[in-house]
Amino acid sequence: MEKYKMHILICGGTGCRASASEAIQNNLQDAIKAKGLEDEVQVVMTGCFGFCEKGPIVKILPDNTFYVEVKPEDAEELIEEHIIKGRKVMRLLYVDPENKETISDSKHMGFYKKQIRIALRNCGFINPENVDEYIARDGYAALGKCLAEMTPQTVIDEIKESGLRGRGGGGFPTGLKWEFAAKNEADQKYVVCNADEGDPGAFMDRSILEGDPHSVLEAMAICGYTMGADKGVIYIRAEYPLAITRLKVAIKQAREYGLLGNDILGSGFNFDVEMRYGAGAFVCGEETALIHSMEGLRGEPTVKPPFPAESGYNGKPTNVNNVETFANIPVIINKGASWFNKIGSEKSKGTKVFALAGKINNVGLIEVPMGTTLREVIYEIGGGIKDGKKFKAVQTGGPSGGCLTEKHLDTPIDFDNLIAAGSMMGSGGMIVMDEDDCMVSMAKFYLEFTVEESCGKCTPCRVGNKRLHELLDKITLGNGTREDLDLLRNLSTVIKDTSLCGLGQTSPNPVLSTLENFYDEYISHVEDHKCAAGQCKALMQYVIDPELCVGCTLCSRNCPVDCIAGERKEAHVIDASKCIKCGACMEKCKFNAISIQ
Amino acid sequence: MEKMIKLTIDKKQVEVPQGTTILEAAKGIGVDIPTLCYMHLGDMGIEHKPGGCRICVVEVEGRRNLAPSCNSKCEQGMVIHTHNMRVLNARKTVMELMLSDHPFDCLVCAKSGNCDLQSTAQQLGVRELHYKGEQSTYKVDYSPSIIRDMDKCIMCRRCETMCNDVQTVGALSAVNRGFQSVVAPAFEMDLEKSTCTYCGQCVAVCPTGALTEKDHTNQLIRDLADPKKTVVVQTAPAVRAALGEEFGMEPGTLVTGKMVSALRQLGFNSVFDTDFAADLTIMEEGTELLDRLKRHLDGDKDVKLPILTSCCPGWVNFFEHHFPEMKDIPSTARSPQQMFGPIAKNYLAKEMGIKREDMIVVSIMPCLAKKYECQRDEFKVDGDPDVNYSISTRELANLIKQANMDLKTLPDEEFDNPLGESTGAGVIFGATGGVIEAAARTAYEVYTGKTLENVNFEALRGMEGIRSATVDFDGLDVNIGIAHGLGNARKLLEDIRDGKSQYHAIEIMACPGGCIGGGGQPLHHGDSSILKKRAAALYREDEGKAIRKSHENPYIIKLYEEFLGKPCGELSHKLLHTHYFDKSKDIEIE
Repeated sequence: MEKYKMHILICGGTGCRASASEAIQNNLQDAIKAKGLEDEVQVVMTGCFGFCEKGPIVKILPDNTFYVEVKPEDAEELIEEHIIKGRKVMRLLYVDPENKETISDSKHMGFYKKQIRIALRNCGFINPENVDEYIARDGYAALGKCLAEMTPQTVIDEIKESGLRGRGGGGFPTGLKWEFAAKNEADQKYVVCNADEGDPGAFMDRSILEGDPHSVLEAMAICGYTMGADKGVIYIRAEYPLAITRLKVAIKQAREYGLLGNDILGSGFNFDVEMRYGAGAFVCGEETALIHSMEGLRGEPTVKPPFPAESGYNGKPTNVNNVETFANIPVIINKGASWFNKIGSEKSKGTKVFALAGKINNVGLIEVPMGTTLREVIYEIGGGIKDGKKFKAVQTGGPSGGCLTEKHLDTPIDFDNLIAAGSMMGSGGMIVMDEDDCMVSMAKFYLEFTVEESCGKCTPCRVGNKRLHELLDKITLGNGTREDLDLLRNLSTVIKDTSLCGLGQTSPNPVLSTLENFYDEYISHVEDHKCAAGQCKALMQYVIDPELCVGCTLCSRNCPVDCIAGERKEAHVIDASKCIKCGACMEKCKFNAISIQ
Repeated sequence: MEKMIKLTIDKKQVEVPQGTTILEAAKGIGVDIPTLCYMHLGDMGIEHKPGGCRICVVEVEGRRNLAPSCNSKCEQGMVIHTHNMRVLNARKTVMELMLSDHPFDCLVCAKSGNCDLQSTAQQLGVRELHYKGEQSTYKVDYSPSIIRDMDKCIMCRRCETMCNDVQTVGALSAVNRGFQSVVAPAFEMDLEKSTCTYCGQCVAVCPTGALTEKDHTNQLIRDLADPKKTVVVQTAPAVRAALGEEFGMEPGTLVTGKMVSALRQLGFNSVFDTDFAADLTIMEEGTELLDRLKRHLDGDKDVKLPILTSCCPGWVNFFEHHFPEMKDIPSTARSPQQMFGPIAKNYLAKEMGIKREDMIVVSIMPCLAKKYECQRDEFKVDGDPDVNYSISTRELANLIKQANMDLKTLPDEEFDNPLGESTGAGVIFGATGGVIEAAARTAYEVYTGKTLENVNFEALRGMEGIRSATVDFDGLDVNIGIAHGLGNARKLLEDIRDGKSQYHAIEIMACPGGCIGGGGQPLHHGDSSILKKRAAALYREDEGKAIRKSHENPYIIKLYEEFLGKPCGELSHKLLHTHYFDKSKDIEIE
């Protein structure tokens, strides 16, 4: 990278590309060409920067200027002002919402201040389609070190000592998992990368694969070395076309450099990677279901044991790790387990990537040390709740996680604390809810997802989740009773207790955690037939205040079902039995005479 | 020495060999944990334990979730509770969930009283459904043999194991996801358009009324009541060894005479025996075997060996679908059912002085594929089937009950003649290995011209899936193979295709155990010892017969003299032989 004086990095993650980051790149290149600066300035499309709320992001090196919400038409000005004249384009810089200060270097932004990037270390930094850039950032040094200086067992010991736990949701110690797979003798073994990221709103793995595919390939090779596997398979959702493309490029380049294939780095170790595409079934993220899907069978789980480490893909010992887990491996080898295990909490070491979404100011991808509190994540990194509303709950762990509330805000986030609080780490989804969110509807929403995604193999998940959803639906329609709440609780407990795989064992979490933390809200739905958040339409009633109504007839003229009656200049009345609760009347009323009760 | 595991089940110390499941260990101390999807046919090596129904869950101390006892292995020091509050509540709730997606039409369901779901729900004391909601609804699929009413499917997937793993037919598998998931042919097409062989093994293991046979009893009652019709019946060998079970008799009780008596009381004009036709089959098939063998020994390169038996319609469907390129290897002899039909309608009708169209030939079969076989076009004359329809052992039992008869108290009666006399060779057709043993008895004497002293070919008997034996035909070693279950048949067929087969003759039966384990038999509910007892009963009847070789059956001799001429002769070819079709391209996708 030395030969250029300046580098312009543009986010090439799926989100920013959808906001025209490719056009920005083209326009920047045109402008550079027009000014004859091709040899001075390099434009690089990188992986995700994480700050998706403010995308598309353009970063200029070496002065670390971080431009936000850039549009293709800004390209010329950026070249003219920043590159040629050395003046920052102030209107494209980030403004701190608190103190209204303009910040040009990302490391001073609230969003980035508390982050430590290990898994995301290269995302937004290198061109993922150029292996040289990865190598320039110590890429493949860890593989070289393992092959040249370490035995498979010392590598396993190093990973064990690091305290790394599986980032896909289970939190199983990675080193231990590798050791099991290493100990099982077989003529063929496999390393599988689980890239079947399926939680709604989660894109940790996608971002890593799009932004730093080589880190995963390198880690898979290291894993193969420890367990004696020469084949690696990446099981990735077909809906991740960009990640697939970048992985393909990365595999090709790694093979060309002799970093995959036979006799890697002259060590005699052989390892190669191929890809399998998933059709988007959530349950295929469960490792036994994933393996069945890879084998061309119906994607459904089987009872463990046997674990994949004994009998996995094609009946051979198989180690399955998630993308983010793998992305941590090269750093642990390079910097040492003792460096890694100083980060994080007592039982959860290192960092965790979260996809921050919902009613929060700074939507995006973050990586924080384990043990960071929810408050820090939501208020300092996330910039607090949107539109100054009141925080109500945060759903962690994806659709089968639980809802945490105000009282959990100072809980340090790690695997064990989240489970103790009735939720889970999951793969790292974090959805923030405010006072306008109805918790019963929220639980219903997640159940809708699990009902859709259940494979149908075991009774509690196939039928039980359906019945849970129906009960929740009944409550949001105002037909629920107190007995239904008892039924909800019993059914949730039984589904958790008896389901075959992790999907059913966790799917009732949103129900149980909201019953625990928002029981009053359930009670007001079933007893008072009220939804305080105003989300359950069936429980809402539009009412015209006769004091405020001047009889302008605007509401009745706009009502699509003609349910508002009243003479001109006299107070109008809504016929609740006909009202479809579309809200058109309230929107049109100029006298604030219509309200929801 | 195998390693022993010590554990505690319901506060009792238990010691079991490593690899024992919790279910088995509990059974050992008299604790019967209820199961539903689990199925274990030990003698046939068939085990199905997907852990899907979750009825058999137990609490294992230290584990977060309840464990399915059917496929959780015992571990050292485990402490297990099979009936504490947590377990009982979970089981009952899971059962309620299952019932909440099941129609409440037990009163008119074919399986009522014989339904595992019903009995388990009773056992668990379910008296109320707390969870109600949408129920799955599917179009009922009527095929010539099997009816699929998937509203009643509980996704135990036993049928899938039978169809795919045991039979390797691959007609049924789980489709769709979640609440919409159901076992069905690919693309949810009708069974008739799939590769289904109608072996009926799916029906035999279905715990509910989701898979049942097509019922022909109403048709039969109408025909029996029609004064213009002469209704004759033939009964397959395996029926007499199992029918008693439906009336509370011990498995393996032979009820031949009582069955004849019941059929006569039901109003059949004549009660005949398919065993007679089995003897006829031996004459035709045995002759064909010897002919091919002789040509082979004479150096004829075109002769196809091994010869495969063709009595089993499920097996015929199987090779027509899966191995059509080998359709000229099986014997062209029709099955006993389809030999009986034309003899009845061409020979007997004349003897009785009635017109073909006034005769109704009904068969009582342990089989569901027989229902389809009756309907094959090549077995019809101007649209009139040689055998009008077939009813299963189970249907016959229902009919006897409807007619207020108690089989146990009926007198023993004899079959009518001329088509009721049979030899011991015809009887053993009902068990795996029986057809080839019967053929060997006749072929030996015809080939060698000598009397066979010991007619019991013990080497050909047994329950192993694939068996082989060499029979000494007075200096000529005849290599015989036997397979029951279509998965086993597939292995032998693949060997033939690859030129690796050393056999001269192979007997194949589609159902595990042969016809005694047919899809139309009383349900064995996973107890494979029942099949062994049925087989033993048939061999017992064979032992008790005065004549035990088909070619010595006096009525068979008479039939050839008076009507057919000689085995494999011109008339035989017309009436008693058939040809096969390539059905591999018949699969229709809508």
